[in-house]
Amino acid sequence: MENFTPYLSLAGGALIGISASILMYLNGRIAGISGIVAGVFSASSITEKAWRLAFVIGLIIGGAIYMHFFPITIAPREFMSTELLIVGGLVIGFGTAMGSGCTSGHGICGVSRFSLRSLVATATFLLSGIVTVYVFKQIIGS
Amino acid sequence: MLKILSALVAGVVFGVGLALSQMVNPNKVINFLDITGQWDPSLMFVLGGAVLTTTVAYRFIFSKDKPVFDNDFQLPTLLKIDRQLLIGAVLFGAGWGVIGYCPGPVVASLGFGFEESLIVVISMLAGMLLCRAIIRR
Repeated sequence: MENFTPYLSLAGGALIGISASILMYLNGRIAGISGIVAGVFSASSITEKAWRLAFVIGLIIGGAIYMHFFPITIAPREFMSTELLIVGGLVIGFGTAMGSGCTSGHGICGVSRFSLRSLVATATFLLSGIVTVYVFKQIIGS
Repeated sequence: MLKILSALVAGVVFGVGLALSQMVNPNKVINFLDITGQWDPSLMFVLGGAVLTTTVAYRFIFSKDKPVFDNDFQLPTLLKIDRQLLIGAVLFGAGWGVIGYCPGPVVASLGFGFEESLIVVISMLAGMLLCRAIIRR
């Protein structure tokens, strides 16, 4: 186990839960990031597009605020190339659109509503991620 | 206007939560998925903390007739576990495992000014559009 941070993670998770609760309590919407991001462009009306854009801007501001006080340094990865990032991004975008959700929409909001669809989706992407990391490590030989 | 403001506030809280929990660090995400290697279970606590909070809050929220700034709760109506859900989740998991980003963290990390995040966000948007163009629900 490396760099295990249970308390920070639990606190961060609680904040994410509070955010999902604010969005449901006030606006009646699921805090699913992939859906919100896609909806900025494809939602039915200006109002629907506007709150999604506001959420995305908030997300970026939230990241920036944290970074301002507690800079995060991410160790560079030798195996990562621009091409790989592009392919990865494409697959993530395609997969979340096809499966109607990601870690937040299915993994947090869906599981919290005891949605069977979301439970199955969450178990599937976790398993897929674990298998992928295992296979990928063999390929890059680390 | 209030709907937009509340979404902005929710977004900021979400972004701080993602950064605080270190979900924005792709190395940490990959270490979480690397159960046969140097496994870092931290992200289980992120998911656990978020699900616990949301489950409790949702119970209270859904006991109300409607949200504060809208006429109804908009919840997914699709119940069927179909091939699209499964293939989509497998693809997402694979992309997540290779680059270590999922949609929330990569958008939040745009606020860090990393070039990596921008590349992933743009290609992710392209992937979403591509899916919409190919598959029509």
